[in-house]
Amino acid sequence: MEPRGLWGFDVTMGKRRAFDEIWGTGGRRRPRKELAELARWIEATPASELSRRQHAAEAAFRQLGITFAVYGDADAAERIIPFDIVPRVFLADEWARLSEGLVQRVEAINAFLDDVYGEARIVREGVLPPDLVFGNPQFRPEIAGMKPPHHVWAHICGIDLVRTGPDQFWVLEDNARTPSGVSYMLENREAMIRLCPELFRSFRVAPVDGYTDMLLQTMKSVAPPGAGSSPNCVVLTPGHYNSAYYEHSFLADNLGVELVEAADLVVDDDVVWMRTIAGRVKVDVIYRRVDDDFLDPLVFRPDSMLGVPGLIAAYAAGNVTIINAPGTGIADDKAIYSYMPEIVRFYSGEEAKLPIVRTWRCREPDALEYVLDHLDELVVKLVDGSGGYGMLVGPTASDEEIANFRAALVAEPHRYIAQPTLALSTVPTLGDKGVVPRHVDFRPFVLTGASGVQVVPGGLTRVALREGSLVVNSSQGGGTKDSFVLLGDEPEVRA
Amino acid sequence: MLSRTAWSLYWLGRYIERADFVARLVEATVRLDALSARPAGEAAWASALTVTDSEEAFAATGERLSQQFVARFLTLDATNPGSIVRCLDRARDNARAVRTALTREAWTSINRAWLIFNNRASPGGAAATLNLVEAVKAETRGFEGAIHRMMRNQASWFIRLGQAIERADNTARLIDVKYHLLLPEGERVGGAIDRDQWTTILQTVSAVTAYRWLYSEGLRPGDVIDLLLARAELPRSLAATTEEAVEILSALGKRTGLQGEADRMARMRQARMAKTRSSEVIKSGLHQYLQAFIDENALLDAAIARQFRFTH
Repeated sequence: MEPRGLWGFDVTMGKRRAFDEIWGTGGRRRPRKELAELARWIEATPASELSRRQHAAEAAFRQLGITFAVYGDADAAERIIPFDIVPRVFLADEWARLSEGLVQRVEAINAFLDDVYGEARIVREGVLPPDLVFGNPQFRPEIAGMKPPHHVWAHICGIDLVRTGPDQFWVLEDNARTPSGVSYMLENREAMIRLCPELFRSFRVAPVDGYTDMLLQTMKSVAPPGAGSSPNCVVLTPGHYNSAYYEHSFLADNLGVELVEAADLVVDDDVVWMRTIAGRVKVDVIYRRVDDDFLDPLVFRPDSMLGVPGLIAAYAAGNVTIINAPGTGIADDKAIYSYMPEIVRFYSGEEAKLPIVRTWRCREPDALEYVLDHLDELVVKLVDGSGGYGMLVGPTASDEEIANFRAALVAEPHRYIAQPTLALSTVPTLGDKGVVPRHVDFRPFVLTGASGVQVVPGGLTRVALREGSLVVNSSQGGGTKDSFVLLGDEPEVRA
Repeated sequence: MLSRTAWSLYWLGRYIERADFVARLVEATVRLDALSARPAGEAAWASALTVTDSEEAFAATGERLSQQFVARFLTLDATNPGSIVRCLDRARDNARAVRTALTREAWTSINRAWLIFNNRASPGGAAATLNLVEAVKAETRGFEGAIHRMMRNQASWFIRLGQAIERADNTARLIDVKYHLLLPEGERVGGAIDRDQWTTILQTVSAVTAYRWLYSEGLRPGDVIDLLLARAELPRSLAATTEEAVEILSALGKRTGLQGEADRMARMRQARMAKTRSSEVIKSGLHQYLQAFIDENALLDAAIARQFRFTH
């Protein structure tokens, strides 16, 4: 599955060269024909002008408080995620294929969750080893047997994709718990429309601003049967010290629902209420942005004072819908990930339309041996890690880092998987000295409600701002870009 | 509206008002200490500490009673819960917790005020201190403006209710402390007075010009007390804050259907104050009157918390 023969124009990574999404593999003189207009725009707009616009966008983000770091630090610097002014573009047919793959994958994820917390056919029929599911810390035996409305468990998924060639897209990981970043998709688009209106005249870009309406519709569609015609929906946040608090308040604002903390909720006789100045008001749907561990101290973390005591009992009684359902972490575990082709085949009877990256499960002795022999060329990750932490990027790691990692890996092999380092595609990005290629990944957002799966035509493109870097996480110096999805077969160019 | 949201908005109002009051107090005390014809020195700073009820806390720092140390204590000392920096910190914390209920303008004014103070270690000399408090006042004025441009809804009313309750408390303390300091027992109101001292009081409540408009007899202690106690034209007078609390509670009642104990207490206080003559209050004991007012204000605060279910 390792990509071969991808000779890009001027980015080298190890011995390979990366595919550039605008200039393809033809070098700067020959952009991909559908994106020739964008290439012209980049060439024709002076770097100083691009830089001016980028600063204007970042200044606006700072004023709005679109920050990700908590201000608790002594220096009180609320950092914004760097924004890059050059958009990333998906052609209509590329998007159509991606969407199909995303729908298929998210349908399989929901079928898988419904199965493992129900009859567990996939285990009984020998597709997955029992200990990988039932012995997995992400598997929540407490909720086995519960059935969320319409059998939807992962209502909101963020599927992280990478690209290595014109038609080579790979799923890097699934996020089926509480994926974040959608506020950047929306705010980046607002900034682009304001700062680069000419691009929206040159290209017919699918709008993303319908996302919050789609989300509200999704939330209402899965309300408990007893909720009536206008269910009361809320967003549950860990509070304003959480690093993603801006996004929580942004979503509550745009959905037009209350932003609640655990202390605002109380469960009485298996019904969830929120405390208002006028007394208790019943809550029907909770879009929670807190981890399972902190949902209900009676069930998940008896040592924790956080959470809403009795919430899971109310959920089990069918009086409240939790979005995403408790227990979805089992679906985005990185060891389960390596079985996704089998999982998709098992539930849909089809081959997966979106491939996964070849994955060595270090829990298996043969795989571990291979990984230990090839640490300098592989990416090794914790199965339950995220945010770029606990990760080794072999080709760029020092001998010492590799040695340390080797020790950790030998001590607890079951906690790790390994993958080849992919030649991630690049997108032109504004650097200190003009526009330069930088590696990107992509997180589209997929919603599942009572009437099926919807993909928002857009998503979050993350870009590794350091030259040659493959790490796009915001906590590790990554930035974001707007992601255009073009409408129609050809970009309509107007003079 | 969530109880927590209402509670945070109310305390946002109280903390912003308190920060603003301390800023005015420091400003007036700097003038009294350094700029007046007969500098008041230590006594001026001691009384500033008394007004903010923080003499003991300051004594615990072991520092000298001087502008350098008291001004720092009241503005930038993070260990003093009543300092401006702590008030702004608490205000901003509450504002962050209710971001969805605030306009961008209201939030940024709090954020800017907080940023001004956040990285300062020392207020500097008299001129620098005046600049510092002037900057806070500018931001709190900006906040005030932003609140009044917010939708006339529950969110803005809870903030303003917090401000009205806090303002009542601050003004009552200011009159109590300064009056006793300036007129020791037995001395006749209207006797020889220290103009600078009385001007300081008016400066602290931004009432120098208002006084000139309303009273034609020059600076007289009885008139200053009358202005601060009974004249509803002055926004920081006890009469005005009392009236404001009644109005806001009634607006909240109309919108939410929640009326009760707090409304009754606020209206009773207003009716009583309408009949109060400041000259009679001074005769029968201003200190007792002000202490009763402060206690009643605290009871009203508690009644508001119960009426709107701030706590469970």
